Amino acid sequence: MYDFEIRHAPDAGGHFDGFGGKYAAETLMGPLAELEAAFYASWEDESFQNERLRLLQQYVGRPTPLYHAERLSREIGGAQILLKREDLTHTGAHKINNTIGQGLLARRMGKKRVIAETGAGQHGVATATVAAMFDMQCDVYMGREDMQRQAPNVFRMELLGARVIPVDSGTATLKDALNEALRDWVASCQDTFYIIGTVAGPHPYPLMVRQYHTVIGQEARAQCLAQFGCLPDMAVACVGGGSNAMGLLHPLRDDDIRLVAVEAAGHGLDGDAHAASLAAGRPGILHGNLTYLLEDDEGQIKGTHSISAGLDYPGVGPELAAMYEAGELELEAATDEEALQAFSRLSRCEGILPALESSHALAAAMRLAADMQPEQMLLVNLSGRGDKDLDTVVKIVEDQKAAGQTP
Amino acid sequence: MSLDRLHNCFARCAAEGRAALIGYLTAGDPDPATSEKLLHVLARHADIIEIGMPFSDPMADGPTIQAASERALAAGTHMRDVFRLALSVRKASPQAGIVLMGYANVAFAMGFEHFAEQAALAGVDGVLIVDIPPEEAGDFDAALQAHGLHSIRLVAPTSSTARRELAAQTANGFIYYVSLTGITGAEMGDVDEIRVQTDALRKQAELPICVGFGIKTAQQAQAVAKFADGVVIGSHFVSCITIHQGDESAMLAELDKTCAAMRVAMNKECAVED
Repeated sequence: MYDFEIRHAPDAGGHFDGFGGKYAAETLMGPLAELEAAFYASWEDESFQNERLRLLQQYVGRPTPLYHAERLSREIGGAQILLKREDLTHTGAHKINNTIGQGLLARRMGKKRVIAETGAGQHGVATATVAAMFDMQCDVYMGREDMQRQAPNVFRMELLGARVIPVDSGTATLKDALNEALRDWVASCQDTFYIIGTVAGPHPYPLMVRQYHTVIGQEARAQCLAQFGCLPDMAVACVGGGSNAMGLLHPLRDDDIRLVAVEAAGHGLDGDAHAASLAAGRPGILHGNLTYLLEDDEGQIKGTHSISAGLDYPGVGPELAAMYEAGELELEAATDEEALQAFSRLSRCEGILPALESSHALAAAMRLAADMQPEQMLLVNLSGRGDKDLDTVVKIVEDQKAAGQTP
Repeated sequence: MSLDRLHNCFARCAAEGRAALIGYLTAGDPDPATSEKLLHVLARHADIIEIGMPFSDPMADGPTIQAASERALAAGTHMRDVFRLALSVRKASPQAGIVLMGYANVAFAMGFEHFAEQAALAGVDGVLIVDIPPEEAGDFDAALQAHGLHSIRLVAPTSSTARRELAAQTANGFIYYVSLTGITGAEMGDVDEIRVQTDALRKQAELPICVGFGIKTAQQAQAVAKFADGVVIGSHFVSCITIHQGDESAMLAELDKTCAAMRVAMNKECAVED
């Protein structure tokens, strides 16, 4: 089911058709080169890969199921909807595939401390989890606004022994947490490993995080063939930074499958209250890489909005920018409202509470499936579970009730 | 005298037996009008004026300069203001070196060519972009060169010998040695270690070597001025704005006093050595 060939590798400088690269402060260039060498060496090392797969199977619970959502598909009356159940991994989201990989790499490099940035808290939880398992000190940077809307994950990280450091600078969300983690790493790079949670940042992070997540697409591809005898017609994933999207879509790139990325449209793409970097942004340089960004005319990064903290980021992984420009990727967007509707529809229809991030993918998938034929198959990455979002959803439902609307 | 103002600045200081004072302020902090007055005060004391281009996400800066960027942007500072302020300093101080410092996206959004053209028109001598390392600098350096601007490189304690060589080969103007493994305004590293590093760097590079990040006291500036060609003071000068927010005259007086103290410290030491 798994293979370790690095397909569609970037050039030696980490560029994907001009996107990506290493736009980092001089202090980090040495540590990044060291990280790159260690990553490639470990990727070729059979014992490292065996240990990684053992943990993915025995600790994370891989392979995750591929589930045919029959009732939902029937109700929609179009394509058959298949859910890749990353929500069933240990810690409840795909993020742990990556933290297992980077955690093992940190251990191999002799680092005793790990740091991470987090938006929804899922990557922070996944980092705190492996730090506990590997006996490493763990500091997680999180925007103060995100700490409020994802309070349960803050408690989880603390229970796992991590320190959660609130970030008040800028917009106090994911991008600012990333700035703060980078500032920490600039000062601590000699003994600290920075576990970046998405397919962004300076090379080798976009490549490395992608490789650790390809288990998602590799499994889904094999499961689809085994369970249904053919490949899906379309694969759909939500995109903030893009780690779950690259994990699902990358192994399907060389097949004849339509690949769809769903961005967070927030209150709508016509205003500024969204996080759709590909649909509404333009190329720029931030957080160590050249990619599509939401910025003003002078390159100042804009504040973003999404109901889902995990998609609330003004950039996107550089390889997704390259795939988009090459016409490999179709773009869709889902608003806060559409994501909420998808959240409650999947809950009622299939008994599965999806994360609000994944609900964006589901919203677009339901729309796209309706225009397809029942003999076609549409694969969706159900990247995480929705328990962490209950406070957010309950509050909105109560507000709507108070306003006299039905949810 | 050559036409290269940075070169002339260092030559002048060397002739006077002292290190150059390189002073940093963020353009537009706390607002463009006050910033202009502050930059003129700075230019009365410093040999080279480093003008920060405000950016929403200053990843290599500590809290003091982050706040300066936020104040400048909140006050509506645009790139046209940055260039206007540089030009204003240039007109008042024809001999001073002027260096723009900032982050890649601001220059990228303008287009490197247009950015370099505007900087040259504003009388700027060199540009230092924190997140464009030599590996990514091809197009940017070409644009700077086309407009006669220096591309200043950073060397950090974590830079390997090969990277120092790369910086030495691709930089011009001066080399900026980062005194600490960290962000601006943190605690300065060990002076003896900085001296060992800059002495070693001098064997690789013929350019002047300036030391910055974390130099906050007259004693530190004095110690570094013994062996460096230039001493960069940033966060310490910016704090003159921070501590007197809302009181322009106090801000200007504080900056004047602080800059003067730094210059005296650096002069005195050299005089003692001589």
